[in-house]
Amino acid sequence: MTDLTNLGVKDIRDGVAGGEFTAREVAEAFNAAVAEAAALNAFIVTTPDHALAAADATDAKRAKGEDLGKMGGVPIGMKDLFATKGVQTTAASHILEGFKPEYESTVSQNLWDAGAGMLGKLNLDQFAMGSSNETSYFGNVTSPWRRSGGANTDMSPGGSSGGSSAAVAARIAPAATGTDTGGSIRQPAAFTGICGIKPTYGRCSRWGVVAFASSLDQAGPMARTVEDCAIMLEAMAGFDPKDATSLKMDVPAWEAGLSADLKGKKIGIPREYRMDGTDEEILKSWEQGKEWLRDAGAEIVDVSLPHTKYALPAYYIVAPAEASSNLARYDGVRYGLRDLPDGAGLQDMYAATRAAGFGDEVKRRILIGTYVLSAGFYDAYYTQAQKVRTLVSRDFAQAFGQCDAILAPTTPTASFPLGENQDDPLAMYLNDVFAVPASLAGLPAMSVPATVNSDGLPLGLQIVGKPFDEQGVLNAGLAIQSRANFTAKPEKWW
Amino acid sequence: MSVDKATVAKIASLARIKMGDEELERMVPELNGILDWVEQLGEVECSGVEPMTAVIENHLRLREDVVDADPKTGGGRREDVLANAPAAEHGFFGVPKVIE
Repeated sequence: MTDLTNLGVKDIRDGVAGGEFTAREVAEAFNAAVAEAAALNAFIVTTPDHALAAADATDAKRAKGEDLGKMGGVPIGMKDLFATKGVQTTAASHILEGFKPEYESTVSQNLWDAGAGMLGKLNLDQFAMGSSNETSYFGNVTSPWRRSGGANTDMSPGGSSGGSSAAVAARIAPAATGTDTGGSIRQPAAFTGICGIKPTYGRCSRWGVVAFASSLDQAGPMARTVEDCAIMLEAMAGFDPKDATSLKMDVPAWEAGLSADLKGKKIGIPREYRMDGTDEEILKSWEQGKEWLRDAGAEIVDVSLPHTKYALPAYYIVAPAEASSNLARYDGVRYGLRDLPDGAGLQDMYAATRAAGFGDEVKRRILIGTYVLSAGFYDAYYTQAQKVRTLVSRDFAQAFGQCDAILAPTTPTASFPLGENQDDPLAMYLNDVFAVPASLAGLPAMSVPATVNSDGLPLGLQIVGKPFDEQGVLNAGLAIQSRANFTAKPEKWW
Repeated sequence: MSVDKATVAKIASLARIKMGDEELERMVPELNGILDWVEQLGEVECSGVEPMTAVIENHLRLREDVVDADPKTGGGRREDVLANAPAAEHGFFGVPKVIE
């Protein structure tokens, strides 16, 4: 029998439905792979019983001839930012250690309703703040990838969805949920040679997702193929009355609509993304990407996004500002950690709890956010950043007058060794320089693996689409995927 | 604009995060590095530009004016609400004494 852990979402779903193997066999195979891969530290908790129970339910439905659902029989990894009923949900923080929600997030519930099961809760950067998965209270996630030539340096799986990217790349999960605030799905996908799509803001409900920056946070799937992402996004998305910013729109049949034929489509190449310091091999893969899309029938046109340079600094005002407000809820009263020094009053308890419960990067962002929102500085920082955000968004709207989608690199470099950028927050922030503009504009954007560099590490290409045009993004991604023939995979060392 | 140790201490106090001297001193150059960098936004000509309020056009919905329309977010779930509290007593959240 084929090794079931090499299969993706579509093959598992179709194989289970067709009776080639049972959902239980699939769940057992992945549970075993997860148990063997502790060295990656991709999971904070594992939930083999959840995966088995969902699998048994799918097998029972099949025996009765019932519909198995869009994700029937597929076990997945759940980023530990989604509230899961009765299963610890930490956002990789100490302050939420031991927190077991009494409710289920809408996105995870949608996935269970579609027949998926849960292998466990995936590690991430603490409160999704980070680009290397080095800010988790539960330790770094190590990428399954290593540089070629027998190197044994531990590499970053990207962040913040680093447990998700590592697990999918290592084939210990066929797919995983991610969330993207300023690149947290796309950058880790690029670092690990997998696909990941952030849909239009509002497609996936934020209800039950631990909030970081609410005007930017969007959930999305991470998997090894474009088709798998389309299937899983269909299961995750949908209107939710419990999220005030949820889009009241039907979920399109993205999987059925997939087509790699781009005849009549125009793909824009933003000239401002050609930045100093971008790796030569990344630029080469971008050129290659243009050729692939041209080969698929698209016309390549130059476009301009003049405020690109200002997107990242605007993001580092808006996101920390929203974070400082969102994270005010962690006070040691209602859930999570409480640090009550002897004789302390309420205010002292708040301050001690938050000092003990938040990591350095989280504190840094809360302080920045508090500062830029404080009296006297609000207009100079926050209002100005939101104006720049309007301009960034307008740039895209104007570019989309000339093209249907935009092609760009996902990241300025390939993955780097763990520890390399840890002491310089600004250097770390630059990882998301190509990802953040689409986040600020709420646009659907996807990373697809293109090639490996001379070190044997994956490089990704990014497609950004018009609002609500996930289909256009997925189709361009499919055109790249079918020409890139990306078959590289990490050699097992764990 | 740059911040000094006293300013960082004030921000930390506003944010309710206890910080010792050493941590405050470490934060000063880190925050200044970030603030110096975001300062470049001042170069952008923004006259007549509205600050963004909604990234995707959407309208705020009103829900039906019905009690407990959605049992997940309605009332009557005291046990659930208190289940994760570090100190729940007599059906309430317990906190240190706040009045003398």
